[in-house]
Amino acid sequence: MTEYAIDYELVIRPKYGFLDLNWQELKDYRELLFFLALREIKIRYKQTIMGASWALLQPLFTMIVFTLIFSRLAQMPSDGVPYPIFSYSGLLLWTYFSNALSQSSNSLVDNASLLSKVYMPRIFMPTAPCLSGLVDYGIAMSVLVIMMVYYRFVPGISILLLPFIILLTFMLASGVGYWLSSICVKYRDVKFILPFFIQLLLFVSPVIYPANIVDENFRWLLYLNPMTGLISAHRACLLGHITVDLVGLGISALLTIVIFVSGILYLKHTEKYFADLI
Amino acid sequence: MTTLKKNEPIIEVKHLSKKYSIGVDKTYKTLCNSFAYAAKNPLKMLKGSFEPNNTFWALKDVNFEIKRGEVVGIIGRNGAGKSTLLKVLSRITYPTEGEVRMRGRVGSLLEVGTGFHPELSGRENIYFNGVILGMKKREIEEKFDEIVNFSGIEKFLDTPVKRYSSGMSVRLAFSVAAHLDPEILIVDEVLAVGDTTFQKKCLGKMEEVAEGGRTVLFVSHNMSVISSLCETAILLEKGILKERSQTGKVIDVYLNSGQEATGQIIFSEKHPGDNEAILLAARILNKDGRPITEARIDEDIFIEMEYELLKNGLRAYPNFHIHDSYGQIVLITSDSKLDYRSELKNKAGIYVSRCKIPANTLNSNTYYIMFVLTDVYPFRVHFSEKDLLFVTVTDPIEGILSRPEGYSGSIPGAVRPLLEWDLYNCINN
Repeated sequence: MTEYAIDYELVIRPKYGFLDLNWQELKDYRELLFFLALREIKIRYKQTIMGASWALLQPLFTMIVFTLIFSRLAQMPSDGVPYPIFSYSGLLLWTYFSNALSQSSNSLVDNASLLSKVYMPRIFMPTAPCLSGLVDYGIAMSVLVIMMVYYRFVPGISILLLPFIILLTFMLASGVGYWLSSICVKYRDVKFILPFFIQLLLFVSPVIYPANIVDENFRWLLYLNPMTGLISAHRACLLGHITVDLVGLGISALLTIVIFVSGILYLKHTEKYFADLI
Repeated sequence: MTTLKKNEPIIEVKHLSKKYSIGVDKTYKTLCNSFAYAAKNPLKMLKGSFEPNNTFWALKDVNFEIKRGEVVGIIGRNGAGKSTLLKVLSRITYPTEGEVRMRGRVGSLLEVGTGFHPELSGRENIYFNGVILGMKKREIEEKFDEIVNFSGIEKFLDTPVKRYSSGMSVRLAFSVAAHLDPEILIVDEVLAVGDTTFQKKCLGKMEEVAEGGRTVLFVSHNMSVISSLCETAILLEKGILKERSQTGKVIDVYLNSGQEATGQIIFSEKHPGDNEAILLAARILNKDGRPITEARIDEDIFIEMEYELLKNGLRAYPNFHIHDSYGQIVLITSDSKLDYRSELKNKAGIYVSRCKIPANTLNSNTYYIMFVLTDVYPFRVHFSEKDLLFVTVTDPIEGILSRPEGYSGSIPGAVRPLLEWDLYNCINN
């Protein structure tokens, strides 16, 4: 008979508190988070002809349509860079954010069978799609690199900010995902609001237009959307055409951290009834 | 300081309770309903009594301890709280009151194939399923060949699971689960799937796990499995721990308790059936006409259904389907004297059909009876009520004809009829 480590003791009690994030447990289960993300990636493009190239076709076609409509027809200004590369550099981050957010928000309901049959840190479910989306982001990045070579753009020293911007976008998508996926367990209305919400959010993010075309007096409104600072900074650090707006990025970072932390708290607070309600 | 306290219980459950609220929409709420509720009942909302007061206790003040290496069966009728208990112990849902202490790593198996994805290949699913059940990647790699051998699907390892037959995917799923190696293993009734040979293999694997010194909690409706695997058992009844002792004793209490165990059901309000025929009562009787839930193997058993035909001209065939505790059909029987090929048709009215199962037909098992009324020309089913009643056939061993003199071990088999035998002596010395 094996001798077991006896110092291990698990106590199950009714859940009242707000913050009981168990770091040790998250560390023990980290392999699972990686596997959940890997599973998302493997499943996503099964039984498709185009496979993973969908990851770049989606922003590519959107860019072409945007260029035709907003640049040719509407004569949209674009910070003095060619419109295709302007919109693609925004769409790249936007596509990651919107896909990650919508999958993350539906994750708990979509994995209902897993949720009610097996224990795992619930927070992994909405986190996994935000991780796996980074692979798509990487694939779609290749098109931007080609465009940068074509239009002769060289990123400056501010490219060092890129990992930080990606991390913030990941945190933002996860943070909103924690909120919405938890709410969706109780109220399925989220499923219907979400696509509409994401669509509207695109129009108040500087993907199609640069942030500076908005009147000075109202620009702060635009910055209430944390994606504003992130998309502007993402574009500026990649293309190096203007200096990165550090104030805007700072506002976004602050909002993102608030959403991320409050999202974790909300999910941890509500997870006690997930299995009973789903 | 880590000292090995062998006699400390590995699982301690103290005053465990779990409350569920049963609102109108049990499954999920919509924002709109919540707002509407708040608008209609502003006072209630303010007082904070927003929760519907329709609550029930799935578990109520449950206390027990389990020793290291103990194999414990959990039995009880549907809705007794078995699954809730397992869910609390597996940390899927939180208790409302009380606490549980577990001094060992827990692996739980509440469903076969949790996390299986139809698009992924068998190989990929072994990994994902293993990790989801709590194995480490390294552990799965070590056991990979063993898992594949156990499942017997080597050839289809790289085929997507959606192309598997249901039997194959169950086998693969169970093989992964069977190689879980935690200190405490919690198993729900997952063996009720798959073919019988594979079930036996799984039971064998379970026994191996139990003998290896693991602590196992095992839920099943199958009393013979419980009694062969578990030394002790827990009986739950309506959320309350009714009995906790040696398996044999607990099973006895279980079989002699509850209102379902009266051997008859009389439908007074909602009758099963359609607009042509309905079921009024179902009974299992002994030769004196008394309802029974238990019969000796050498006693006749009578199954009876009382039904009403609501219109003239039906050609109703009453039939009984007898299942064993695995859910496999043991036999189906119907009245062979009824011959509707002729012009004979039923008149409307109340009928009683009774079937005699002669002594020494069934084995010593628990049998579940399904009551069915079908019609011919055109074929249709008026009612079909599964597991309405059960009868446990007992084998007192002494003086039983279908058992060799002096042998007291178990005699497997779905049925144990007395057949005609002859003995010829061919070679004379």
